[in-house]
Amino acid sequence: MSAPYAKLPAWVDYGLIPLINLAVAFLVAGLVVLAVGQSPLRAASLLIEGAFGYGEGIGFTLYYATNFIFTGLAVAVAFHCGLFNIGGEGQAYVAGLGVVLPCLWLDQFAPWYVIFPVAILGSALVGASWALIPGWLQAKRGSHVVITTIMFNFIASSLMVYVLVDVLKPAGSMAPQTRKFAESGQLPRLDWLLSPFGLDIGGAPFNLSFLLALVMAFVVWVVIWRTRLGYEIRTMGHSPTAAAYAGIREHRIIIITMMMSGALAGMMALNPIMGDQHSMQLDFVGGAGFVGIAVALMGRSHPAGIIPAAILFGVLYQGGAEISFEMPEISRDMITIIQGLVILFAGALENMFRPAITTFFATLGAARAARPQPAAE
Amino acid sequence: MDYFDTLIVILQSTIRVSVPLILAALAGLYSERAGIFDIGLEGKMLAAAFAGGAAASVAGSALVGLAAAILVSVCLALVHGFASITQRGNQIVSGVAINFIALGATVILGQAWFRQGGRTPQLGEGERFTTVELPFAAELADIPVLGSIYSNLLSGHFLLTYLAFALVPFTWWVLYRTRFGLRLRAVGENPGAVDTAGISVIWLRYRAVICCGILCGIAGAYLSMAMTAGFVKGMTAGKGFIALAALIFAKWKPVNVMFACLLFGFLDAMSIRMQGNPLPFIGAVPVQFMQALPYMLTVILLAGFIGKAIPPRAGGVPYVKER
Repeated sequence: MSAPYAKLPAWVDYGLIPLINLAVAFLVAGLVVLAVGQSPLRAASLLIEGAFGYGEGIGFTLYYATNFIFTGLAVAVAFHCGLFNIGGEGQAYVAGLGVVLPCLWLDQFAPWYVIFPVAILGSALVGASWALIPGWLQAKRGSHVVITTIMFNFIASSLMVYVLVDVLKPAGSMAPQTRKFAESGQLPRLDWLLSPFGLDIGGAPFNLSFLLALVMAFVVWVVIWRTRLGYEIRTMGHSPTAAAYAGIREHRIIIITMMMSGALAGMMALNPIMGDQHSMQLDFVGGAGFVGIAVALMGRSHPAGIIPAAILFGVLYQGGAEISFEMPEISRDMITIIQGLVILFAGALENMFRPAITTFFATLGAARAARPQPAAE
Repeated sequence: MDYFDTLIVILQSTIRVSVPLILAALAGLYSERAGIFDIGLEGKMLAAAFAGGAAASVAGSALVGLAAAILVSVCLALVHGFASITQRGNQIVSGVAINFIALGATVILGQAWFRQGGRTPQLGEGERFTTVELPFAAELADIPVLGSIYSNLLSGHFLLTYLAFALVPFTWWVLYRTRFGLRLRAVGENPGAVDTAGISVIWLRYRAVICCGILCGIAGAYLSMAMTAGFVKGMTAGKGFIALAALIFAKWKPVNVMFACLLFGFLDAMSIRMQGNPLPFIGAVPVQFMQALPYMLTVILLAGFIGKAIPPRAGGVPYVKER
């Protein structure tokens, strides 16, 4: 299908329009705060204060952002191939097994720098294989990947409840979680990263997986924009018929993309399990897989956009906790609304303001052209 | 007779849990047959359940609650319609957004208005729907087998339950025997042809989305005003997605939808019933397995191993008039 809109300068397309959409989403969220009878300005200042005001807050913000970088990248990679992977939540949940099993086996006799690579590999492999089935079904049988990944989220949730309650729970314990790992199953914190700025992360679980997330963002950029595979993925996303004509094997690309997406979502499990809770708990993903959709849409599926978008959602999560402490009417469910609004305005309604902006720039361009130019060209 | 009574009890609870599934799946049917994919059934149902519970307790009337539920659900459906029809946005993205907005807003508004931890007040007599007894149910109860089926299984449901089952043939009639239905199906298969015939694709799709909103509204009202007496945070608990699965499982056909929903409802009723009770011949089955079964069956069906589920051809594609 041809693009139904005129071309705009890049900075408008990738900078101004997303910002306007985001601003509208927050404006509507502010109206909800007003409807509840609270001051949106006070909420906003509490949000910023809670997320950036002190070292521990920043630590928590970046801890949450780590989750969202992984899941955002996962959704974005699939987007490039024209696939919509809603299954990040389930893939990350199941991938918890790939993290927790190496930890439970090795934490008695191996140091963390041995366990960490094994756990990275484990989480990526399990996440990828949980995404492999929907990918394979889409490629070979034409089953829509959106529906199958939704179904796989629910299957994952049932499976993990079963595994945690009936298999991994230590005997005699009531809580559905694994035993706590020994010290070597815990990732080092990144307090040295913030201490040069005079910040103390305190009890915040800001840990090594943040750096892994940044590395993965770079890897995704290299793979998507600098390799043959990435070129084939993007070609598939733009035009499957063109891809077929160019001799790109459709099935192979769909399956590989879904596995990459699942692996990225799976790595998210490292952060809460090895970095924070040091055990696997029920529903440790906590919706991060779905936040990834909003992050990818906001970041325009580019790592350079995904990282700031993930940090923004980190701010919302951390600052939102602060708000609910000060203003009990605004619980953390407010974040869910904002998330929905961001998905709506930055995703489904992304072109709502485009005609107006296009007209604006067209008249601007016409005005400039009408002005007498010095005879330079 | 003991097994028979157990069966009746299970079937009765099957009907009870199937009703919201049937309503939501029929809602999805109208929308998806017109070419608008809707994964926002869950959110619309949840918002309607909240609106119903809240309005019924404030106004003290079940009918006001039902009206409010339908109104809110239709509004959300129109947002989805605006995004996916007028703005030609991604329909999946829009559905996801509506689910999140409903999930968050119901809790925030509920807490602000009623201060009961995201619940709405318990609905009293007259504020909720009550069950109706079919005529002669009490007199016929003593007749073996048939009497039991009549008075325990068929009688004693909510009016909304009978409405839901009546909507199945009604939807079939609308889709296959009216002009509106013919055009609705056509717009989901080949909107270009409909446009060429001089019929507005946009208005037709909006009407389909509104139908979807009305039915989701009734489904939500059933949850908070019939099945239980009041709204509870996140009370749809994935029913919208089960309904979506049922819709696909039924290959987008109304009568199949009813059977698919009854099947999924039966699995649900069994999983509640079976907690701790081993099945004959099979032994103890984990409850989680039973809960995941509808989703697994849908995936297997989608994979084309039991028949093939072919969605409406223009589904998910925004219609762009030729330029």
